[in-house]
Amino acid sequence: MNGATVIFYLLAAMTIGCGVMAVSTRQIFRAAISLLFSLVGIAGIYFWMDYQFIAAVQIVVYVGGIVVLIIFSIFLTQQSGEKMPVQKMGRKLFSLLAVFCGFALTIVQIFQHTFAKTTAAPTGVTVRNIGEELISLDKNGYALPFEVVSILLLAALIGCIVIAMRTPAEAPKEEVEAKRKEEIKVILPKEEEILIVQEETGGIQ
Amino acid sequence: MPSAILIALIPLLPLFTFLVLGLYRRKVFKNASGIIGTLSLLISFVIAVFTAYSYFHIHQGSHPAEIPFKYTWLQFNEGMSIDMGIQLDSISVMMIVVVTFVSLMVHIFSLGYMKGEERYPTYYAFLSLFTFSMLGLVLSSNIFQIYIFWELVGVSSYLLIGFYYDRPSAVAASKKAFIVTRFADLGFLIGILILSFYANTLDFNTLIATFTTQTPELHNALASTFLDVSALTWGLVLVFMGGAGKSAMFPLHIWLPDAMEGPTPVSALIHAATMVVAGVFLVARLFPIFSLSAPAALDIVAYVGILSAFLAAIIACTQTDIKRVLAYSTMSQIGFMMFALGVSGYGGENGLGYTASMFHLFTHAMFKALLFLGAGVVIHFIHSNDMKDMGGLRKYLPVAHITFLIACLAIAGVPPFAGFFSKEEILLAAYNSNPTIYYIALVTSALTAFYMFRLYFSIFWNKPTPLYSSAGEGAGGEVHHHKGPFVMSLPLIILAIGAALAGFIHFGNFVSSDGQPLESHFNPMFSIAPVTIGVIGIAIAWVLYKKQNDKPERIASALSSLYRATYRKFYIDEIYLFITKKVLFNLVGRPAAWFDRNVVDGMVNATGNATATLSARIKKIQSGRVQGYAIYTLVGVIALAVLFIYLWK
Amino acid sequence: MTIEPGLYHLLFISTALFFIGVYGFLTRRNLITMLMSIELILNSVNINFIAFNKYLWANRLDGVMFTVFVIAIAAAEAAVAIAIIINLYRSHQSIDVQKAEELKY
Repeated sequence: MNGATVIFYLLAAMTIGCGVMAVSTRQIFRAAISLLFSLVGIAGIYFWMDYQFIAAVQIVVYVGGIVVLIIFSIFLTQQSGEKMPVQKMGRKLFSLLAVFCGFALTIVQIFQHTFAKTTAAPTGVTVRNIGEELISLDKNGYALPFEVVSILLLAALIGCIVIAMRTPAEAPKEEVEAKRKEEIKVILPKEEEILIVQEETGGIQ
Repeated sequence: MPSAILIALIPLLPLFTFLVLGLYRRKVFKNASGIIGTLSLLISFVIAVFTAYSYFHIHQGSHPAEIPFKYTWLQFNEGMSIDMGIQLDSISVMMIVVVTFVSLMVHIFSLGYMKGEERYPTYYAFLSLFTFSMLGLVLSSNIFQIYIFWELVGVSSYLLIGFYYDRPSAVAASKKAFIVTRFADLGFLIGILILSFYANTLDFNTLIATFTTQTPELHNALASTFLDVSALTWGLVLVFMGGAGKSAMFPLHIWLPDAMEGPTPVSALIHAATMVVAGVFLVARLFPIFSLSAPAALDIVAYVGILSAFLAAIIACTQTDIKRVLAYSTMSQIGFMMFALGVSGYGGENGLGYTASMFHLFTHAMFKALLFLGAGVVIHFIHSNDMKDMGGLRKYLPVAHITFLIACLAIAGVPPFAGFFSKEEILLAAYNSNPTIYYIALVTSALTAFYMFRLYFSIFWNKPTPLYSSAGEGAGGEVHHHKGPFVMSLPLIILAIGAALAGFIHFGNFVSSDGQPLESHFNPMFSIAPVTIGVIGIAIAWVLYKKQNDKPERIASALSSLYRATYRKFYIDEIYLFITKKVLFNLVGRPAAWFDRNVVDGMVNATGNATATLSARIKKIQSGRVQGYAIYTLVGVIALAVLFIYLWK
Repeated sequence: MTIEPGLYHLLFISTALFFIGVYGFLTRRNLITMLMSIELILNSVNINFIAFNKYLWANRLDGVMFTVFVIAIAAAEAAVAIAIIINLYRSHQSIDVQKAEELKY
């Protein structure tokens, strides 16, 4: 029982415990913070496994990006201090049962199975190796998925704007009227200003 | 021989006329339609005569079947196919001449008779359709092709009987004609199926060759029996059933008198001269099979024919509607043709009946069309069909009077008019083969003479000459009497010439059962009996109807029950109504309707209701809630995993 | 099963995390917390990839690559999901998943 082992168990406990918290607490902000710690715990496990690059990506994207996004959306949609509605007890019990069965089944299968291991010499998980493979065109290269993912991200970017953008028909009437008046008032002098104002009014929505 | 295209033009020209007149009847050809129809038929007639001339000119001595054109339309298997073809042999050549000639006469007559009708172009379109169908029927080389055209003439007959569709009686008559003939055609179709099943062909010539020579197919068809009657006989009897329906043979004749609701020229064309002899034509077409392989079927033809001839002649004596008298007379004469076929043998002297039948068909077309057209002139003048409204018309309608008299003499069998020769041959054929039939036929021909002259005297003599205002001056009277334009007289004169002289044709040279010329011997000694009995019939009619008197009423009251039964056409219509309305509707129709409404519909409805109920129950699953779907998915995945991992190794 | 952490321990963690996520997805009524559950599920998959890469196929980098892609896709998914949630909030004044049930029978 050395230090590394202890750290592992601590990280595992933190990950699973915070995960349970994240799905069970009735206060949404607390859930978000629990999720954050669970994700940090996973990043810690990556560090523990000596996969620093992945751990860094985990922290940057999940902790720094997604969780922050989630917290922002909580601010946008939620009244603070309000507890979340409770699910029906029957649904909860049934879900618990189903989840437990699935968990048990999977664990039994995993522990009954013996995994075959390669005997080849390990490669270093350096950033250089990862980067080279990511843009390589060889047999093991990931250039095409890389490009596809970049297109996916672009599409998500545009899609988010399109979905979240409020169409004039959807907005309440007086708001639209007010906006139009505002535009007319401000815009009349110059053409560049029209663009700017439109961007501002459209972008915030 | 004229080319196939030229022969094909004979039926195709009327078809073309039908299409053009039918499509553009309102706008383009409102008044010209009659002229167009007549001209196109005139061309058809000329080609038909030319074809006939060429055919008999080339084939002097014997008359084989020629097929100038044949297109295989539907191939079922090796040998069996539905073809569209043209078959030329002596009877089809004779028929195209008769059909085009009578149709031409009727077209010309209708120019005057139907003038001013609102649906004048439609009328000509239908006439063209009928002519096309009838020509297609007689030229058919395939038994299924003949069936197709058979139905087409049925349809055009239906359309023309119901031409005055605002008259309920005409509508009922057209429906009756269609349903009765359609019922008979069911038998025809089954007959076709039986024959083609055993012969493995639909082609007429192959069919006849198969069933008249000693082939395995023939033995097979003779060996398989149903109710102790061979399949071949069944097939032929069923085919004859179709023919009997179309030719108004007893007991399928009930539609013909009612069919007189149509315009009179239509009655002349369809219900006297052409369509109703289609049944005779059909039997003649298959005559070798009837004669050589199924004499039992031929006996049925003979007895149905003589029975129809006799019954119709009796009924005709008491009817007062002149068109109905003519209709029963038509039925009677077709009965003559049928039993002439029935008593005939195949080949040589024995084939006299066949020749006589075709000969009578030919002459009958002339004088019966003439009688109907003459009746048309009378009806046109009087505006009534009833004999009681007529009398003494000979001064007003001289042309109609003379031509009608010629036709009556012809049908009564008075020499030297056409009917004498053909009827003589029929009686001779009957005398040679079956004396019973001969004696009944003799009585029938006396009756024929009687009722025809009853008709003639009632129309043109009987009463003293009434005072009718003639055309143009009739403004004061309620009814406008006019004898019609010249186009109505012309066909009468032409047909009268035909009716008077057609008997001198040596018909045996042209048409005979085996294609070899038949030398018919004129036998003056034999003719004495029929002519005498015919003259007696005329004399009785003279006594009873020449002058207005009360003798007919006295005789009628003396024979009151018989008279009434005859006047009511032996209650055959009533029997049909009883069978259909009381027996079929109540015992079959109603239970079937009940079964349909409750069991069949019930099953369908139950299925529908069960589905609706079930779906209403299970639609709650589609709650629209994502988490519900997720749970179903998860449970499904786990269940499948358990199934595949543990239970289904 | 030893006390020494190895592949099986990591798989246990990932499985537990996965089913915690599933449970959250099934029971939460708030759409944002459902989204969080989905993030947990995705992370459990990532742990699996990394664990297999480290303990079974140390000579390859495929697990790492997949993890990178999964993280990228998860980011895109979260962005789109939040856009949808905000749009839904705008039209329903609520992000309760049980109130968004118009798309039923």
